[in-house]
Amino acid sequence: MSTVATDIQGAVADAAAHLYVWALKDIPQDLRDALAAARDRETSVPGKRVLEIIHRNIEVAERENNLVCQDTGIAVYTCRVGEHFPLHPANIYKALRDGTERATIEHPLRSNAVHTITRQNTGANIGYRLPIVHWEFISDWDGLDVKCVPKGSGSENMSFLKMCVPADGVNGIKRFVLESIVGAGGKPCPPGIVGIGIGGSADYALYLAKEAITRPVGTRNPDPVVAQLEEELYGLLNETGIGPMGLGGDVTVLQCHIEHADTHMTLNPVAVNYQCWAARRASVHIAADGGATFDRDF
Amino acid sequence: MAQHTLTFPITDPQEILQLRAGDEVTVQGHIIGIRDRTQIRIFDEGVPPPMDLGGAFLLHTAPNVRKLGPGRYEKICIGTTTSARMVRFTEPLGAQYGVRAICGKGGFPDEAIEPMQRLGMVYFAIVGGAAALETTQIEEIEEVAWEELMPECLWKFRVKDFGPLIVGIDAHGGSVYREVQAAARVKLEELYARL
Repeated sequence: MSTVATDIQGAVADAAAHLYVWALKDIPQDLRDALAAARDRETSVPGKRVLEIIHRNIEVAERENNLVCQDTGIAVYTCRVGEHFPLHPANIYKALRDGTERATIEHPLRSNAVHTITRQNTGANIGYRLPIVHWEFISDWDGLDVKCVPKGSGSENMSFLKMCVPADGVNGIKRFVLESIVGAGGKPCPPGIVGIGIGGSADYALYLAKEAITRPVGTRNPDPVVAQLEEELYGLLNETGIGPMGLGGDVTVLQCHIEHADTHMTLNPVAVNYQCWAARRASVHIAADGGATFDRDF
Repeated sequence: MAQHTLTFPITDPQEILQLRAGDEVTVQGHIIGIRDRTQIRIFDEGVPPPMDLGGAFLLHTAPNVRKLGPGRYEKICIGTTTSARMVRFTEPLGAQYGVRAICGKGGFPDEAIEPMQRLGMVYFAIVGGAAALETTQIEEIEEVAWEELMPECLWKFRVKDFGPLIVGIDAHGGSVYREVQAAARVKLEELYARL
């Protein structure tokens, strides 16, 4: 059993190392389509210029096999673990950590990870509680899905939380999102994906906002009430005029994604997590025998 | 919207004064890479930078590099970070060291406008995240200081056709960001009323 477990741990580590670099170099098709549509509908001169340069940059990264953006981020993984997958989550975590470290050293990639007080760089994009993993557990399944989202600091610094009260209603949520994105201006590299987490608790709303930014661009929340709010906020945010890179224009956001949880009758939390236009994302499905299939499906 | 080509470091302050917010600029010559920790060392810890910043163009960056030997690095991917975090260093960079241009992404808040006007400085906006393209415009890493701050060292790059950059804040009190924010605040009130 231990041989099998070791092999599978190796397979997960190999997959993580590949995912991290692949995500950094190759922008998913859904995002390319959203950026092309943005370029076509933008009417401001600097806004159009920015979107043309973004388009050229994606082509250059592909041609030169280079990173799209220099910010290699902090590696954030989402794992869906089947209950019969033959590797314990503690070892899945070790494998993700090993893969992140190996990719950083072998490529090499810039290490962004520092001790939060001393600011000493750890050298390999891993550290205490880094990388960050979101977990989901699936019954009656023996597979593992892993999604890697390298999260840059420019967009992560534009994260916001407000504990609205029930009397603020849905309008309180809308106002806070609008105020946050206008306040963020050009800092998070617009046009990007606005991730919103509503409900739950303070910490869970922020967690959900991060989940929201990792979805394929333009997917809608399965709850029609929430999906309608996504549509409405998407429209409102694009009326603010902030524009590409905050230089003014029609396209301020590529999409608005919302994840929600039921909450306490007295709570109405709203969290915003921004994802830059370079919304890097790559995923893998690992079978119980260690076989890996790479795609951008989730 | 005028188009300009400038070579850095500049020697004639007039070259900066001719630029207006919204203009497009391409840069030649040498530029200096700098980031949060580099400027914390210079100003908060009082350590003078071991490179001449007179007339300089500073780029807010921390590159991906491969080490070739002592003090020698090869570029892998060089891009630009968010400027707003470092706005408080604008005045001393101009007043004490004669820096004339700061380039980053996302803009500087309004507190940069007055010192830039007084000291004859400009802020150039680059497209954040467009690092693959930016890397092709950087010919070589010529010098690096403070390697112990890796990757937040002081870098000297030789560039060719670096840009296009957009003048975000000029030396006459003009700021694209202030205008966009002012218009967005008016729009916000209108949107709130519609909710």
